[in-house]
Amino acid sequence: MKQKTQRNKRSWLSQLVKDVKRDKFLYLLLLPFVIWFIFFKYRPMWGLQIAFKDFSLFKGIAASDWIGLEHFKEFLGSQYFGRVFRNTIMISLYSILICFPAPIILAILINEVKHLRFKKAVQTLTNLPHFISIVVVASILTTFLSPSSGMVNIFLDKLGFDKIYFLTKPEYFRGIFTGMNLWKDTGYSSIVYITAIAGIDQTMYEAAKIDGANKWQQITRITIPGILPTIIIMLIMKIGNIMTVGYEAIILLYQPATYETADVISTYVYRSGLLDGRYDYATAVGLFNGIIALILVVSANTLSKRMTETSLW
Amino acid sequence: MSRGEKIFHIINYFILALIAAIALYPFIYVLSASLSSPDAILTGKVVLLPKNIRFDSYGVIFKDKSIWIAYGNTIFYTVVGTALCLFLTVCGAYALSKPRLRGRKIVTFFITITLWFDAGIIPFYLNLRDLGLLKHSRAAIIIAFACNAFNVILLRTFFETVPSELEEAARMDGANDLKTLTKVYLPLSKASLATVGLFYAIEKWNGYFWAMIIIRDENKIPLQVLLKKLIVENSMASDYAAALNFNASTSTETLTYATIIVSIIPILLVYPYIQKFFVKGVMIGAVKG
Repeated sequence: MKQKTQRNKRSWLSQLVKDVKRDKFLYLLLLPFVIWFIFFKYRPMWGLQIAFKDFSLFKGIAASDWIGLEHFKEFLGSQYFGRVFRNTIMISLYSILICFPAPIILAILINEVKHLRFKKAVQTLTNLPHFISIVVVASILTTFLSPSSGMVNIFLDKLGFDKIYFLTKPEYFRGIFTGMNLWKDTGYSSIVYITAIAGIDQTMYEAAKIDGANKWQQITRITIPGILPTIIIMLIMKIGNIMTVGYEAIILLYQPATYETADVISTYVYRSGLLDGRYDYATAVGLFNGIIALILVVSANTLSKRMTETSLW
Repeated sequence: MSRGEKIFHIINYFILALIAAIALYPFIYVLSASLSSPDAILTGKVVLLPKNIRFDSYGVIFKDKSIWIAYGNTIFYTVVGTALCLFLTVCGAYALSKPRLRGRKIVTFFITITLWFDAGIIPFYLNLRDLGLLKHSRAAIIIAFACNAFNVILLRTFFETVPSELEEAARMDGANDLKTLTKVYLPLSKASLATVGLFYAIEKWNGYFWAMIIIRDENKIPLQVLLKKLIVENSMASDYAAALNFNASTSTETLTYATIIVSIIPILLVYPYIQKFFVKGVMIGAVKG
């Protein structure tokens, strides 16, 4: 018995050596790739430990002293916690309510167009903003909303209204931010749904027409059910990402006057870490955010798997 | 077509035309404003077309060296960065597309994790610091962003659709492993490579955040960081004060608009030709879901 397992082990090992030798070229290709992921994706994860340490640049990551959950306690007890948590969720909710349905509607409307040229033109124009850098988009927005020379205020003024310095008013921030994202990404996000609609069996529409179904009935009874799996997958991703509102766009638009509604967890991490140099504390806040986000994605996925048998993995 | 359907189509065309117009309008306004007199902008005369056409703002910008330096830097980061990205992505995607490869599953698993969990900006920054890359900001911008799990999975999915008979046939003809990859697989996947390459290129052309954090030397900053400084931080007034010289044919506003146009022209020029590749990329990604 013992001999047999040993022999098995040996033959397994020799098979492994044989396989590796056969595929040495593939391993050679894999090598730089894996090294890159270790250095730039996994090495930072090792650095996450400073969330539990009193990090000193002088001592380095490994030699800094452990302090347990101090940073997490400080964040949860601080006045910022409520603000950034609320803003993160509010901005995500705005996005789910407004930016999520928009591309679905656009895709359905585009699908109904019969003229190929018109269809292509609409798609080309609505996809365009996605490819413009966020800095340019924010620049255009900032200039348009400028109180002295922005077109929005010039027209408000012409119409007899007071000029408003939009970007300094906390009550406008979420609306402006959501509107910007709506403009930038609706066209591009609709591609997925247009593809899904193209996959629907056309004979179903023929049959429905023979049965006397009008456009509205065709859309609500055939098109929408047909793309429901896609809608659900996209919604799962969206819900899973409730806690991840990116800092890149927000830091271009917010200012201390609007922090009250604009400051989200990731922008707070950026400020306290990179601007104030509190690396350990900011890492803890970021980790807190990352863990909740991961839990959300996994639960949304599990829920959808159970309810609709569609899932990401 | 019934009457109800006709009305539906008319309304539909109208709504879509309106949406397309909204998508396009900011660009038209910016272009028109950049060509108009400051006075026409401030009095709201510029709505769609330029008023009192002049090219003075572009003249001022073209004389400014910092824009050209930033332009050159952006082109450098985009070209070299995309080349390196494509190299690493092809290496990984090709190896991971072979079912016979031992360890394929575990490597794929660890690559996929990075899609869902990220260490965050501070550990990433400290990692660059520890690796000594902050002192070599150009290298840092190129190397630290040289791969992306999503694109690897995209390309791997494509490589998997290439029939394995082709690989066997190439081997029978005496092609070695490298030749099989470069003479069989890569030519077959031109469209997918273009898609992935364009994803990377746009990401590099448009990226600003890490360049803003990492690069301290003014002569190395890309266009987006310069734009942010000029417009978002509104430091343009002082930068151009000398050039402006209180002449009435340009103003901070017209200069801002002209700078925006100069920075997006390359994207606008290539966009119609590359659009279909992005649509393709989204579709592959969606199928994989």
